[in-house]
Amino acid sequence: MTSAAQGSYRRSAGSRWLIGAGAIAFLVMLPILALVMQAVQGSAGLWSHLVSTILPVALLDTLILLSGVGLITAVLGTTTAWLVTAYAFPGRRVLEWALLLPLAVPTYIIAYAYLDILHPVGPVQGAIRWLLGYSSPREFRLPDVRSMTGCILLLGFVLYPYVYIPTRAMFLTQSASLVEAARTLGISRRAVFWHVALPLARPAVAVGVSLALMETLNDIGASEFLGVRTLTVSIYTTWITRSDLPGASQIALSLLLVVVTLVAFEKWARGKQRYSTGAQRNRAFEPRQVSAGLGLVLFITVLLPIVVGFAAPATYLAVEAWKRLEFAGLSARFLGEAFNTIVLATFATILTVLAGLLVSYASRLRPGTTSSWLQRLSTLGYAAPGTVIAIGVLIVSATADRFIDRTAHAWFGVSTGLLFIGSGAALLYAYTVRFLAISAGGIDAGLARIPISFDHASRVLGQSAAGTFRYVHLPLSKAAITAAGLLVFVDCVKELPATLLLRPLNVETFATRLYGEAARGTYEEASIAALSIVAIGILPVIMLSRMGRNGLRP
Amino acid sequence: MISATKDYALELCNVSRRFGQTVALDVVSLAISPGEIICLVGRSGCGKSTLLRMIAGVDTIDSGRVLLNGNEVSGPSTFVEPEKRRIGFVFQDYALFPHLTVEQNILFGLKDRPKQEAADRIAYVLEHIGIAHLSARYPHMLSGGEQQRAALARALAPQPDILLMDEPFSNLDRGLRDRVRDETLSLLRKLGTTVIMVTHDPEEALSAGDRVVLMKSGRIVQTGTGYDLHDRPINPYAAEFFCAFNKVPGVYRDGHVETAIGRFARQLDAGEGSPMTLYIRPRGISVSREAGDISGRVKSRVFLGEVEQLTVLVDGLEQPLQVRTMNRLPPGTEAVGLTVLPDGWLTFPPA
Repeated sequence: MTSAAQGSYRRSAGSRWLIGAGAIAFLVMLPILALVMQAVQGSAGLWSHLVSTILPVALLDTLILLSGVGLITAVLGTTTAWLVTAYAFPGRRVLEWALLLPLAVPTYIIAYAYLDILHPVGPVQGAIRWLLGYSSPREFRLPDVRSMTGCILLLGFVLYPYVYIPTRAMFLTQSASLVEAARTLGISRRAVFWHVALPLARPAVAVGVSLALMETLNDIGASEFLGVRTLTVSIYTTWITRSDLPGASQIALSLLLVVVTLVAFEKWARGKQRYSTGAQRNRAFEPRQVSAGLGLVLFITVLLPIVVGFAAPATYLAVEAWKRLEFAGLSARFLGEAFNTIVLATFATILTVLAGLLVSYASRLRPGTTSSWLQRLSTLGYAAPGTVIAIGVLIVSATADRFIDRTAHAWFGVSTGLLFIGSGAALLYAYTVRFLAISAGGIDAGLARIPISFDHASRVLGQSAAGTFRYVHLPLSKAAITAAGLLVFVDCVKELPATLLLRPLNVETFATRLYGEAARGTYEEASIAALSIVAIGILPVIMLSRMGRNGLRP
Repeated sequence: MISATKDYALELCNVSRRFGQTVALDVVSLAISPGEIICLVGRSGCGKSTLLRMIAGVDTIDSGRVLLNGNEVSGPSTFVEPEKRRIGFVFQDYALFPHLTVEQNILFGLKDRPKQEAADRIAYVLEHIGIAHLSARYPHMLSGGEQQRAALARALAPQPDILLMDEPFSNLDRGLRDRVRDETLSLLRKLGTTVIMVTHDPEEALSAGDRVVLMKSGRIVQTGTGYDLHDRPINPYAAEFFCAFNKVPGVYRDGHVETAIGRFARQLDAGEGSPMTLYIRPRGISVSREAGDISGRVKSRVFLGEVEQLTVLVDGLEQPLQVRTMNRLPPGTEAVGLTVLPDGWLTFPPA
């Protein structure tokens, strides 16, 4: 970079990888660019119309939802993390990983489940009425879950693990001597939480909350089922019910603005986190033994979010699914959905892992400004809500489809129709854009554990860069690559908004089937699909808990 | 100037490399004959490891040329990839692939050979390096010394034109290190391998190589045999790298360096009355209870076994003299006589 002469001294190895990484970064950026172009094409009148009608409500609802979910996840995540770290009570070891279970329940499934569980004629309200001696819902009913409050509570109870994981990791890395120092300085054991543990864990809490809020922004099912009109929902309805692509693009861009703010907040918090963990690497924090009575109280307290966020909806789904199976057996339709879900997720996983390998390996081969920028650009999608990516991909694919169709028509006289969208390629594209960060991040972490001298040794012993990858890096990072692939697979299965917008005509996956049934109000029809999603969602939870006490970010 | 001929196994012509603002290599030139064992020595960050990586081709150069057997491998318009250079490399951490056995590690460099030939070669190398019994083991099942030998076997198996070793013995315990080093070097000599070995240990550099190359801040300070560098250093840096000298200020007059502890005769290319610093080796001073050229008082003594290190106060010197002696002085000895031996001192203009 320094002198002009260096250009002629440049080496060739890794150039092709770098070009590949560049191509991927371009493909990831393309939908966002298309979104901007499309938004600009919409007339100024449209924008002012949006500003005066849809946006104020959507923005306000989104902000209320974000604040509420942020508060609930912060409180639940931090409290549970502190209790299982600082106190030794029976069942603590099990609860430690069981607290991750709500991660397996996508937001739209918890909303779907609770709509039925808390239905005025459903099991919970029925039990309360029976207990209190009422005979009909007209005499007594709980407040409707279909409200902003209901939405905030339900999202909070499934998203708190995003806060729990980094915060607990932070509590565990706080050395015992720090706590002991605080106590010798006259701070009581109880006050240690407020004066030492919490201030130190604040950056971790901030990171977790921002991740939970990104998930909240991605959510479309729960908000819609519960009647909350967020920006995400507005994008979807603007496109689906009014076919207004420029309008949807403009709302999507406003949503991206919210996301950028969140990402900046997360980056800032992460910077602080690094600063405060670097300082201590000491004896781990020793939990305090408590009496049996207090132990029981703690156990029940920590159990509560697991019951609300996982056990209750999962049990409900299992019971309903069992009833359906008894009644009708496994329908051919279900098997078709299972096939679609698994095929789409498998192809998307393969694509995403390959792209992740290319991006990560390029920056290992050619470390420097170029490759690190390419990597950053390629992984932008992790923060963008599925709806935003889907609209962007939709614009790109539709343009490409039109172009191919016209060209084929002009040259060969045949019409290709909607090649990208019809084949599901557009959907795979959206999945890859959205989940590339997960795959690249996981693979990066795996590669980082391999010393650079291994690369040199392999090269000197006669292997090319590609051969080194095949014979050294691949066998040594197999576990990391598999783990990254598993995470991507599960996220593809769970992903609702992008699937909903981009699936080929008449192709249903578990997630879209569930959405369709819920929209029609025929909840129990989709219970088997919902249960299948939750079951698949448990896989990464098992993986996270096996990764031990230093569980990473989901 | 160096010219490109086949007489040299390796030639570096004005090689430079910088990383951002840091100059790692500053116009380095060096030629190595086939079969030579070269020790690159210097403090950490002097560019010695960078130089090895440039030669191997796992890093690039900014200017200059690198030639192997007369063929340019790095230059203004050439870059031969490392896998095409026929170079062996023993890494400081050995870089044995943990997912392969010792035998598979060695096979890694022989992938392009016919099966039988590769197998024969592996057997030959394992036998010669004395690790045939370890062939089926994985790296984590080997001791440090065994890992070092496995790494050496792997590097030598493809019959490289030149073997590069980056601090190959620094990860071994002290006792083991000397033995492994002696064995390794005698094997390499027997095979007639051209070797460049990097070390930060002055003693290792002096004892191991045919030629020692001392580096500082990306430049070569001095090249020569171990005797050259130790006995005839060309400047104070080279001198002090290999020996902790006593420094005594003086003035050059009439063919002598005049100091507070006497006049020392040597013809120097220096002006009358110009300041000179006397560099006296701790073992270049004889000490006894009888009177010597200089009288001193023992301040403290550290017994090291073979020798004893004395700190001796001398009138007129700000710093006490460090003396190493094999003579045993009785306990409690205070007054001693010191004599600087004729070959026990050097002189350089003050820095």
